[in-house]
Amino acid sequence: MAYEAAKCFARDGADLFLVGRSAEKLTTVADDLKVRGAKRAETYVLDLCELDRHQEMFEQAIASLGELDMLLIAHGTLGDQHKSEQSVAETMQELQTNCLSVIALLTISANYFEQQRHGCIAVVSSVAGDRGRKSNYVYGTAKAAVSAFLQGLRNRLSSAGVSVVTIKPGYVATPMTAHLKKGLLTASPQSVGYGIYEAMKKGKDVVYLPWFWRPIMFIIKCIPERIFKRLSL
Amino acid sequence: MFSANKSPQSWGRYPQVEASRVIPVFWRDELPNLAELELPVLPHGYGRSYGDSCLNESGILLDMSHLTRFLSFDVDKGLLRCEAGVTLADILELIVPHGWFLTVTPGTKFASVGGAIANDVHGKNHHRAGAFGCHVTCFELLRSDGQRLICSPEENADLFRATIGGLGLTGVILWAEIRLRPIRSPLIDMERIRFASLREFIDIAAASEQDFEYTVAWVDCLASGKQLGRGFFTRGNHAEQKNSDIIKKKKPLVIPLDFPSWILNMWTIKAFNTTNYSLQRKNSVQKTVLYDPFFYPLDAIHKWNRMYGKRGFFQYQCIVPYDDGYDAMKELLERISRSGQGSFLSVLKTFGDRSSPGMLSFPRPGLELALDFANQGNKTLELLEDLDEVVRQSGGVVYPAKDARMSPESFQTYFPHWREFTQYIDSKFSSSFWRRVTAATVGELEELPVKRL
Repeated sequence: MAYEAAKCFARDGADLFLVGRSAEKLTTVADDLKVRGAKRAETYVLDLCELDRHQEMFEQAIASLGELDMLLIAHGTLGDQHKSEQSVAETMQELQTNCLSVIALLTISANYFEQQRHGCIAVVSSVAGDRGRKSNYVYGTAKAAVSAFLQGLRNRLSSAGVSVVTIKPGYVATPMTAHLKKGLLTASPQSVGYGIYEAMKKGKDVVYLPWFWRPIMFIIKCIPERIFKRLSL
Repeated sequence: MFSANKSPQSWGRYPQVEASRVIPVFWRDELPNLAELELPVLPHGYGRSYGDSCLNESGILLDMSHLTRFLSFDVDKGLLRCEAGVTLADILELIVPHGWFLTVTPGTKFASVGGAIANDVHGKNHHRAGAFGCHVTCFELLRSDGQRLICSPEENADLFRATIGGLGLTGVILWAEIRLRPIRSPLIDMERIRFASLREFIDIAAASEQDFEYTVAWVDCLASGKQLGRGFFTRGNHAEQKNSDIIKKKKPLVIPLDFPSWILNMWTIKAFNTTNYSLQRKNSVQKTVLYDPFFYPLDAIHKWNRMYGKRGFFQYQCIVPYDDGYDAMKELLERISRSGQGSFLSVLKTFGDRSSPGMLSFPRPGLELALDFANQGNKTLELLEDLDEVVRQSGGVVYPAKDARMSPESFQTYFPHWREFTQYIDSKFSSSFWRRVTAATVGELEELPVKRL
């Protein structure tokens, strides 16, 4: 998803700074983005669960690009809900990856963008954060926390002219969901990536990708809890 | 791209067979250990081959459609390196604004680079440029023993030749480098000339090859008697002028569902063909068009294969050598016209003598005919076997990428070097097509001779 969005920015000739866990994958993606038109594509190997290294990475990004116009946070894991139910460690790890690491990075970057007084912070949250469901509520909890954090951050940074974009994709055919069955509602990473790019360029607030998740989630949020608790969604 | 829970089909939607498993490949260095897989494997891109060469019944398909990254693009020299799942459409989108074009392109841009190599595809400029494989400078091939081999005309040359046109059986192509050709504009200056007979087609083709890079003809395959072999000859060159903004791109249409099978019958197709032939009043019409409608007219209708209904269709694509090419082609057209089968998508083309490095490549000098047949069961299969008889006798060849039914005897006559080729097949690889034309079942695979590399 982030790669597909980066492809759109590369076509515009952007300078990119890519952060990820695997050096080989980063190089593969950076080479591709350069071919597609990115003026630069720097790479930085980091597991964002290592919270104490965020500052160093962020400074490196500023040092190598001069200044940052946009930040897209799109890492995450879709953990095994059943495993989480049986293991505190598993649950904490899920929250660490999908929530705490995001909030940590947002804390650092928010101050930078607030001072700079322009720019855009976008984070890939999920429709799963709109309502807790028994099939994936640990993941949903992490995403709900991220969405709430972004809401507050948007409120804080709006006077500084910084846009904060909450991206809420539905099912997307990515390596993370490769093991799941694909249905009518599954979107391609290309279309979602382009949606992210558009939302960031326009400085939107909350975007559902594809758009039809907005009415779907509206209905799901409207179901009274005393009925919802009996459903298998 | 296809969903993980549904077995992919080929473009002709025949045969409808299921792979036991589809494994998506997301990164070049994260393929499963092929040696440990319990079943034979076959790489699969976007399923744009028509028959069963991209299918692996009860076997494993490696879904290569996620390997869509570019490795490098030398804008000065026109050398492009990309992963095997990159489509020709992706490439054109990148290179055309830089003044480059595919040196050879087939009639669809939705095929992958890996598939273009594995089928050694050709285009409207075969008489000039040869096949796709002529412009592949090198690629990386993963074998099931874990070896990653750079193959080029100099390095691992045998495997290079075996893999071009090798139907995906020699290993997994991970990335490839191709040589592009320069263009001045994305436009094509084209001319459409009416011809009344097969003889006229051959004369116009001969007269056009010198001055036109691209030549192809549409033929009315249901016309008979004096009108046999009538049609339109299209020829074109890349335009010199730059102002392409004047021409608007059209949005593609989508065929949303399977047509009922009765819609395409002899009468509707005859009516279409006659109308199409009569529509152009002048003998010759010239115009300038964007490259898209010129090279990829059918890509403008997404999922057009649904027009043939649920039972799918066959495409028959053959070349008969020039020697007695006229007689053989006339015989083919007569047999098709007599049968009343056949369709509106019928193509004639002359092939040149530039040979491809591919060991099992289809293209060779001669007259080429390609046309679709809705699947009407035995009636259609018998007609196609009848056509094979003519092609076999003429010393011609039928295109594996389009085939779902040729007999082992036919295949082995068309490709006398097939046994030599088998020594380069990776023992872990197989396809429905390969088992059919070598009459082997999954269990017999191990008995095929395998050269240790």
